[in-house]
Amino acid sequence: MNSTSQTSRPDERLPLFGKTRSELSDLVGSLGLPGYTAKQLCDWLYKKEIPSIDEMSNLSKKTRQILSENFVLGLQAPINVQSSADGTRKYLFPARQGKFIETAMIPDKDRVTVCVSAQVGCKMGCLFCMTGKQGFNGQLSAGEIVNQIRSIEEFPAVTNIVYMGMGEPFDNLEAVLKSIEILTADWGFAMSSRRITVSTIGIIPAMERFLTETSCNLAISVHTPFEAERAKLMPVQQAYPLKQVIDALRRFDFEHQRKLSFEYIVFGGLNDTPLHAKEMARLLNGIRSHINLIRFHPIPGSPLPPTNEKQLQEFKDQLNQKGILTTIRASRGQDIYAACGLLSTKALMESR
Amino acid sequence: MALFPCTVWKTEEIAKGKFVLQMEKPFSFTAGQVLALALDDSHEPRIYSICSGESDPFLQILFDVNKAGTVTPRLSKMRKGDLLYVSKPYGRFLPDRHSPMWWIATGTGIAPFYAMLRTGYQPVKLLHGARESTHFHFEQEFLSRLGEHYVRCNSGMEEAGDFQGRVNHFLERLHDVPLDNKYYLCGRSLMVVEVRDLLIARGVPYENIVTEIYF
Repeated sequence: MNSTSQTSRPDERLPLFGKTRSELSDLVGSLGLPGYTAKQLCDWLYKKEIPSIDEMSNLSKKTRQILSENFVLGLQAPINVQSSADGTRKYLFPARQGKFIETAMIPDKDRVTVCVSAQVGCKMGCLFCMTGKQGFNGQLSAGEIVNQIRSIEEFPAVTNIVYMGMGEPFDNLEAVLKSIEILTADWGFAMSSRRITVSTIGIIPAMERFLTETSCNLAISVHTPFEAERAKLMPVQQAYPLKQVIDALRRFDFEHQRKLSFEYIVFGGLNDTPLHAKEMARLLNGIRSHINLIRFHPIPGSPLPPTNEKQLQEFKDQLNQKGILTTIRASRGQDIYAACGLLSTKALMESR
Repeated sequence: MALFPCTVWKTEEIAKGKFVLQMEKPFSFTAGQVLALALDDSHEPRIYSICSGESDPFLQILFDVNKAGTVTPRLSKMRKGDLLYVSKPYGRFLPDRHSPMWWIATGTGIAPFYAMLRTGYQPVKLLHGARESTHFHFEQEFLSRLGEHYVRCNSGMEEAGDFQGRVNHFLERLHDVPLDNKYYLCGRSLMVVEVRDLLIARGVPYENIVTEIYF
């Protein structure tokens, strides 16, 4: 066959969305554009809603042309959205190599919380987690993290961000820090850092840098105060033992605006005994914090028992009696696989 | 975490891009433990499994060089007399003298099992997975001490004597998986998660599965 048709080449232009003010300054400098273009780009990227670089109307036609030759705007629409009867929505965004990432939007009274993913898959291999079954398929860029907020329908109403979706945020620290800069800077979305919470299983060096360089809230996945038991649930315990995590936290100030919480998935009869409550109290003694108890809804093939409601309430009461403010997190979006990793793993299996 | 100066004895490239670094032994340890290691004050410490026996007069680690990384390219160039900074050993990936053990490793995840072997522990089986025949680190020592209990699971080129396939394929084909043995898994997360799921599906209690993930 005599082929005269043009072969389509993949678009190799880089996204502008996700670049910080200083990166945009470097970029316009390297393109020989006026310095003030960086400020204009920040406004177009993070303050306004436009579909393409062509719509940046206060940039000269020549500037727009130069930018378009090298860059795309970089917003990515979700490819699927599911709505729960309780108002929770789960968005599926495409990621590299046919993989997917998940974002949950959780409305609650006057709050709209977005739960973002930080990685495609996860390396941490926690026994109770569905995301880990995908393995690790790559890091998300700052733009891909912020896009999960910017490209959902509820974006204008978003009040809170939690980094509790797929992946371990502190295993992708640079992109997470950059995404926080975009979310909180005056030139970005200008959100209060008090409305942003990053959850980690406790990668200590990255956690210390996060606490030093931001004033966002921190959540630590504990799930049991006993180290041997935790090692069976969370392989990271071998590298970063819980005691070392708590010792590191004690060097930071949580007495003022920044909130520290501990996430505790409750497995019926396994980690909800009076002994566990007593040991949690001992472990957290002197640290101003809050415990979130989370119901466990078994994932396929899981050997771990589901939460027992009666024991859950008793465990909460025991912790509160020991002076640790403890609440039970409402389970949301169960009818749409809203738990981290379920939807994307299902999509991944279907695509294979 | 407190770090202490430690003198390098030698580095050796044992396969392309895979290095063993030997250093003085300022602390005793238990086979299976890890240590945090930093080049200097300006680098965050990284965690490495100790890859030498409890009675060896040195500490040893095994690592891949990540060309884009900030630590391993420099580690690979360390010479006798150079200084590193190490933590006291810690960790709970510890052998159990009272239970038959299966050791299952891929890549540099073989390190803690080499420490256990050199300390005198013996597994029921060691399943060693790699994609290239040069990546079965320490295989001669494993083979001479474990004989048929050492299984090379080769997922790359076919070679005589190897099990052709990944470690999970080997386990899938086993008629019986002893439920009361202890299974130690060390390597990349997907291998650990897949093997753990497989063992649980075959009826092994999750409490009998000890995992260490390299990330």
